[in-house]
Amino acid sequence: MSLLEVNNLQVQFDTTDGIVSAVNNVNFSLEEGKILAIVGESGSGKSQTVFAMTGLLDNNGSATGSVKFDGQEILNLSNNELNLIRAEKIAMIFQDPMTSLNPYVRVSEQMAEVLVHHKGISKSEAIQQSIIMLDAVKIPEAKNRIRMYPHEFSGGMRQRVMIAMSLLCHPKLLIADEPTTALDVTVQAQIMHLMSEIQNEFGMSIILITHDLGVVAGNSDEMLVMYGGEVMEIGKTEHLYKNPTHPYTQGLMSAVPRLDDANEKLITIPGNPPNMMLKPVGCPFSPRCNFAINSCSTVTPNLTKITENDHFRACHVPIEELL
Amino acid sequence: MIVANKNKIVEMANNISENEHSTGRSLWNDARTRFIHNKAATVSLFVLIAIVAFSFIGPYFAVWSNEQIDWNAMGSAAKVGMPSIQSGHFFGTDDLGRDIYSRVIQGTQISLMVGILGATVAVIVGTLYGATSGYLGGRVDQMMMRIVDILMSIPYMFVLILLLVVFGRSIGMLFIGIGLLSWLDMSRIVRGQTLNLKNKEFIEAAKVIGVSDFKIIMRHIVPNLLGIVAVYATLLVPGIILTESFISFLGLGVQEPLTSWGALISEGAGTISYDTEWQLLFPLAFFVVSLFCFYFIGDGLRDALDPKDR
Amino acid sequence: MNNEILLKVENLKVNFNVSSEDDMPWTKQKKLQAVNDVSFDLNQGETLGIVGESGCGKSTLARAIVKMVPANSGKVIWLGNDLLTLNKSQMRQHRKQIQMIFQDPLASLNPRMNIGEIIAEPLRTHYPKTPETDVKLRVSDVMEKVGLLDNLVNRYPHEFSGGQCQRIGIARALILKPKLIICDEPVSALDVSIQAQVVNLLMELQEEMGLTLIFIAHDLSIVKHISTKIMVLYLGNMVELANSNDIYENPRHPYTQALISAVPIPDPMIEKNKELILIEGDLPSPVNPPSGCVFRTRCQKVQEICSKEKPEFKEAVANHKVACHFSD
Repeated sequence: MSLLEVNNLQVQFDTTDGIVSAVNNVNFSLEEGKILAIVGESGSGKSQTVFAMTGLLDNNGSATGSVKFDGQEILNLSNNELNLIRAEKIAMIFQDPMTSLNPYVRVSEQMAEVLVHHKGISKSEAIQQSIIMLDAVKIPEAKNRIRMYPHEFSGGMRQRVMIAMSLLCHPKLLIADEPTTALDVTVQAQIMHLMSEIQNEFGMSIILITHDLGVVAGNSDEMLVMYGGEVMEIGKTEHLYKNPTHPYTQGLMSAVPRLDDANEKLITIPGNPPNMMLKPVGCPFSPRCNFAINSCSTVTPNLTKITENDHFRACHVPIEELL
Repeated sequence: MIVANKNKIVEMANNISENEHSTGRSLWNDARTRFIHNKAATVSLFVLIAIVAFSFIGPYFAVWSNEQIDWNAMGSAAKVGMPSIQSGHFFGTDDLGRDIYSRVIQGTQISLMVGILGATVAVIVGTLYGATSGYLGGRVDQMMMRIVDILMSIPYMFVLILLLVVFGRSIGMLFIGIGLLSWLDMSRIVRGQTLNLKNKEFIEAAKVIGVSDFKIIMRHIVPNLLGIVAVYATLLVPGIILTESFISFLGLGVQEPLTSWGALISEGAGTISYDTEWQLLFPLAFFVVSLFCFYFIGDGLRDALDPKDR
Repeated sequence: MNNEILLKVENLKVNFNVSSEDDMPWTKQKKLQAVNDVSFDLNQGETLGIVGESGCGKSTLARAIVKMVPANSGKVIWLGNDLLTLNKSQMRQHRKQIQMIFQDPLASLNPRMNIGEIIAEPLRTHYPKTPETDVKLRVSDVMEKVGLLDNLVNRYPHEFSGGQCQRIGIARALILKPKLIICDEPVSALDVSIQAQVVNLLMELQEEMGLTLIFIAHDLSIVKHISTKIMVLYLGNMVELANSNDIYENPRHPYTQALISAVPIPDPMIEKNKELILIEGDLPSPVNPPSGCVFRTRCQKVQEICSKEKPEFKEAVANHKVACHFSD
């Protein structure tokens, strides 16, 4: 049985300009100990997908469908029940660590509080465990540093603190929402390296949300490509990189500037990302797609399995034409 | 493979612009839509317009002018001067036999004028002062703000009362007194906002282009301040009306034969024990309703112009 | 391409005074060296890529060139004139020819002005007497050039996506037909598919109009395609300056090597087997830079000499300057 199974997940927002559907018909499953990357640009609904799963949608948002975690349905659970799950089984880290750390409270207090509250151990023991965790994420002099306030850490160190905090209760699933977007490349490399080490050590599953295909390539087992709230393609990372079968995935992969290619000109996807208020009918990518045929702008394509190794795609155009 | 070409982009853009209207929605248009959606603010706006309209149209329906004295009612207001349509005193008379209806109209005009003129002066002076100080920064800013600090540390009411006592009680003096001090808060708020705006990239862009400091203030800073200025101004009007009323209540503000809400309320309150409650209630009602309206409108504007809301 | 030197920067230094919270009023203010001894020259039609992590002084350098931040010493020679010695009105004449594009596309456009007004602003500032019809013509001309339709002139910035806003910013920079455009991280805030569009647009425009560009970025991948020369900055110091190909094929400074290695390659086969040069730790505080070589605290090849002597910034091979004791 998979650790996480998501079926027909839909997210809608009720805004003054009408109902906006941010996520449509998302299906995927995640095995224990695997890393799933959700890739997409701004407005693709990648963050809203996980916010819906963990009950963190804004007040005007609503989610339908089913999310089974460890065999238990968790979508639209009450806040109390979700809090319990979020703390002990599903941990999250965000792009900007400062939003989830209280700037006026020492890191030691913030970390110990989690343990005291959920594990019911004494405070001094909690601090001991917190120090061990900070060591695990390679914060030098963890013993002294734990007494510091969040703003005294640099951006990369803060993200390490966040990772340490999220690991305190040994979660089964770690959701990382653009964990390295705000960081410099060299620090990004440090953090991604750390994440894969941590994953080996603790053996949890990870959902990595990112827009950076380079990060995905080195750090995931499976990947899911989203655009305009719809899933475009799912598959094993290595397989998908070798054989992208959706025009959007192809375009995205060739648009990434690469150090190892000598082309003078970058390849681009024409047009602009979709405006969720005026979503096109049919496939959301059709207005930007060079292969679009008539049915693309009328009928939303379904995800269909194309090869035996769990490779799905949603496109009307036959694969042969894309290669 | 997908390769960029300009034609495709242009074609794309064509598609987009067919679907949408091609005149832009400015932030002001958006704000107006949001303001109209706020029921309390819209109702308040209509009520306020009605009150202003009343103060101009009202006199045509008046039977008694504000200077006329009804000798019948004089001295026996409690028995004869009650509000009645037959006698022509729609709101009754005061103890001197003057028509409250006409007096309230006159008071409304004067109070609103003091409030709105005072706020306008405060807004213009405060905005320019604050924007200049904040934009130029450094030593100039220090100097300009210390001046504000000094003026602010003087007890406001005390100075106002002193001015009126020393230089005579007149509406002109009242304006000077209120105008002298009410722009201070405005300039501080505007300076704070300007400091925020100053570091925005579009100001930097304007500097790189070579736009002069004066034009940057007028074209880039002030228009972006107008939101907060508008909100603050609608809240400043009732503040000034309150001050004026308080001064008039003390008997130092507007002098006979002119009157204002504050003066009327003061007179009405003085005679409350002689069973002539209409002398207090009519001016008070106008006063309270108007202030409520201003505050609601200010609130509505703040919500409508709040930049955080997309 | 002709070889006329358009811009020559010599030993440019920019210091900021910083005060920390536990300073007493009488404590002497500390100096932060944001840009330290930077020199380069730029020929007509070339593109200089400036690369470095946040806090390396790359934006400060750009702003010092256009006199948005005061430089402490050095020269910025633009077509034979030292810009740093010019007064405000003399400088205005040169501002026409040096324009800038900013990182945050939306924040660099005044939200209360419509697109037409924004793009026309440089024209109205420098040529206030231009008749209205000419202004309109020039605006629609330049909008077409950057791939925007001219019926959008009455729209406001918040109605556009990030990529379109950046096009508007580019149009504004182009309307005076400048010689040099300084691009301060123009694509870092954009989506991947849009980044490539903007970079290509800049390259097309450069070819068409003979522009010279300074292109600032925080990683090496995006500048690769557009730059002819690349400068790597670390803590305000130049660590490497060479032709674009040399930097990628033969990086000589350990920091450049680490930067190149840190850029993830979108190919799982390469990425998972790549030998990562991880630099440990964080950027040292620019208020107290390390003695000797600024990079020594994070360098893998560090030796004793590194903390004692500051490596000279010199040519290791022809046209390839490096600041490292072990560049050979």
